[in-house]
Amino acid sequence: MPFVHDSVETTIRELLIDVLGVAPATVAAMTDDTPLFGALPELDSMAVAGLLTEMEDRLDIMIDDDDIDGELFESFGSLVAFAKAKVRE
Amino acid sequence: MSPRPEYRTYHFAGHDEHVLCFGAGSSRQILIIPPLFDEMNRCRRMLVQTMRGLAERGVGSLLLDLPGCNESPAELEGHSLGTWRDAVTAAATQLGATHIAALRGGALIDNGATDLPHWRLAPAKGSSLLKTIIRTRIAGDKEAGKATSEAGLMEAAKTAPIELAGNLLGPVMVAELASIEPADPAILTVRSLGQDITGSTLWLRTEPQDNPAMSAAIAADLDQWSASCGG
Repeated sequence: MPFVHDSVETTIRELLIDVLGVAPATVAAMTDDTPLFGALPELDSMAVAGLLTEMEDRLDIMIDDDDIDGELFESFGSLVAFAKAKVRE
Repeated sequence: MSPRPEYRTYHFAGHDEHVLCFGAGSSRQILIIPPLFDEMNRCRRMLVQTMRGLAERGVGSLLLDLPGCNESPAELEGHSLGTWRDAVTAAATQLGATHIAALRGGALIDNGATDLPHWRLAPAKGSSLLKTIIRTRIAGDKEAGKATSEAGLMEAAKTAPIELAGNLLGPVMVAELASIEPADPAILTVRSLGQDITGSTLWLRTEPQDNPAMSAAIAADLDQWSASCGG
């Protein structure tokens, strides 16, 4: 069943809480412009590995590691946009 | 007074493997199969707190070391999901387990002792576990200035052990992880996090944490479940 876009964003918020252990209040306050990589101490390159696999499982998508560049985790908005594009594929 | 741990061993493939035990005198003895690889370390404290909670309820529990992990004298590269499954079966027999509880990747190797009731929490697919440790390896290589690809690693893993997220895994282990899903034993109860057990996905966290409320919830569920099916 295809995800509606709002549910993709909700899933990404849940992932940040579940995988990275970011406080729910911090995640709830995130907007498209909120910076992630470099700004969120919980998000390092090792954490990215778990985050991507869990994104695949929960959104039922496949992520080709060639698709991943530095900009993907730049902001909350860029991560959600990437996930939405993958769900649409 | 807090329940005291005891240390036992089971014999498998020429080695004595370590088992952490609580509540040795109890009639119910739940063999706990931990998550695999990094996830095992992240959940260890939460699991041991669960075992203490079970002991306080009068239920015994056993947490085994898989060959090649923790205190094991065995080499990890010589083991596979198949040998781990045999090790779990050997441990269940030698230690007198009455029930089996598996978390995450533990559900990939819990189905050897077919006559015992099984409980699983958040069972994981082998391919997801493999993909995460491959990504961790690629990310580490990238930081060291080396370009490594998933295809290249999988090709290398056909003939020799490869190092993934600190684990030296042999060809059989990698091939099994790529293809295996949990197989259902006859008596099976599956719990999911959030719906059945309130807690957090500690196995995904990069920093190991504990969660006393989750340990208490799992202990209560295991107590109720194990009382309802044999032992």
